[in-house]
Amino acid sequence: MHVAPAHETVAPIARRPRRPILAGVGPWIGFSVVVALVLLALFAPWLSPQDPRAISLADELLGPSAAHPLGTAENGVDVLAHVVWGARVSMIVGLASTLLSAVLGTLLGAGAGYFGGWIEDALMRVVDILLAFPGILLAIFITSVLGPSLWNVIVALCATGWTGYARLARAQVLGLRDRDFVHAARALGASDARIVLRHLLPNLLGPVVVQATFGVPGAMLAEASLSFLGLGVPPGTPSWGALVDQGTQYLMIAPHVALVPGLAIAVSVLGFNLLGDGLRDRLDPRRR
Amino acid sequence: MKEALRKAAGTLIAALGAVVLVSLFLDLVPGDPIDAILGEQARETDRASLRQALHLDDPLASRLWYFARDAATLELRTSVPPFQDRVFERIADALPNTALLACVSLLVALLLAFPLGVLGASRPGGKVDAAASGFAVLGAALPRIWLGPVLILVFAIWLDWLPVSGLEEPAGLVLPAITLGTALAAFLARMIRASVLDAVGEDYVRTAKAKGLPGHVVLLKHALRNAMLPVLTVLGLQLGALLGGAVVTEKVFNYPGMGTLLLQAIDRRDYNMVRACVLTFTLAYVAVNLLTDIAYAWVDPRVRGRK
Repeated sequence: MHVAPAHETVAPIARRPRRPILAGVGPWIGFSVVVALVLLALFAPWLSPQDPRAISLADELLGPSAAHPLGTAENGVDVLAHVVWGARVSMIVGLASTLLSAVLGTLLGAGAGYFGGWIEDALMRVVDILLAFPGILLAIFITSVLGPSLWNVIVALCATGWTGYARLARAQVLGLRDRDFVHAARALGASDARIVLRHLLPNLLGPVVVQATFGVPGAMLAEASLSFLGLGVPPGTPSWGALVDQGTQYLMIAPHVALVPGLAIAVSVLGFNLLGDGLRDRLDPRRR
Repeated sequence: MKEALRKAAGTLIAALGAVVLVSLFLDLVPGDPIDAILGEQARETDRASLRQALHLDDPLASRLWYFARDAATLELRTSVPPFQDRVFERIADALPNTALLACVSLLVALLLAFPLGVLGASRPGGKVDAAASGFAVLGAALPRIWLGPVLILVFAIWLDWLPVSGLEEPAGLVLPAITLGTALAAFLARMIRASVLDAVGEDYVRTAKAKGLPGHVVLLKHALRNAMLPVLTVLGLQLGALLGGAVVTEKVFNYPGMGTLLLQAIDRRDYNMVRACVLTFTLAYVAVNLLTDIAYAWVDPRVRGRK
């Protein structure tokens, strides 16, 4: 989605012979997985074989069958329906928290790098404090305090997620702010805000997009972990992590309840990582 | 060394900051904690005395002071009835278990990552390298909440080779440690491969080769040792992620560690215990990073010489 503009902004380094955006098999596999996930999330109501909350006590914890291709979970809930709808929750959390973190972190980091002084010191100290702490732990605290909801999970993941982008943006801006084009812009009377937004930010897009591609699977994993711990989405919401949590109690009699949604998480994360690797090789000037 | 201590002091301040932040945050918990502890039907006198005992009406600063004083003298008690358990004792029970799990996981990760990384780098593009890269990509993507159940199913239920988990015998640590360590192993394998490849291009490796030293000596003695430095740097940071992953892993395996203690405390709204767990986790992180810095100095003679 936001890949195309990023690719244009790095045109100066890419003006050598044209290379494909994604090279090799891996990134294309990743791309396909990501597209499939987006479609699954968008069209969940039409793709899902039934209501993921439909209860049928007689069909509890059944193995795969014609009526339930991936079997059933507690209370006879259809696993396939739960997994299809779970893609929606996972993608919403993954994309929304990454987008918010990236925007917030990049703006703060770029501002800190550009203005310097106590603003930079204060912000970077906050970043250090937040980074002194395993991200998932902080997310656990925040969701445990705010209570389980989709929005709270997103907030919790942003609270820890923006720091990485802030560091990245600051470092990049430090390297850019004394370049000629910045001085030229200032000499022409551009305001600070204009210099940061129009001249510096476009140069940050490439690295930020690469980092964000890895941020999405990270956030999806975190959502799954939080829901697994009972601190993610509210009970009843179809979430892969919550279904795994339920399934771990029935590993002996109905292993599919834990394994199927777990596999969905693994494949999604793998897909995004493969795509991210491909984009990094292409967009990161430090790599070949 | 001085630099390492300065850094540790900085992180220590960050740790205290984290506790203050968490305390501030706990104030935001919706609902009255008294209801959570005593139930809504409790008598008014009981409620009032509990409020007082927990210092709930005092300003945040004095509550933080009480916490700091009690924590420093190891007198801190749980903030749920019967208020008698010393937080310190519960943590002293749980922390070694988590430390043990983390150390074994680290060992698993290093045992997997070193051979894969070094072998991969010794013949870039070869079959071993491809397999190692495949492992690195897969291992990073496997969620612990999936890997754990799969391992339990295969090795504990179907094959019946290993117990699910437990502290009575060493075998009980195998599955939790693999679950916790795999992601780190994947990350480190990638890192080690890249930094060995970097080192191989350096002049001192060419010199060693020119002296006629056999390939494996050059690789292990000259390249690997220098490749250790970047690996150690990221290791310190990665151990924080390992602590976070321990919470999830402990729940998968029902393992009696800090993660289980923390989740229990959150569930019961045991504020003192939550704060104490936060403090313990952050202090552990600070200690680990200090150790990494010392290890750094030990491996790199250039840092060692600089006083």
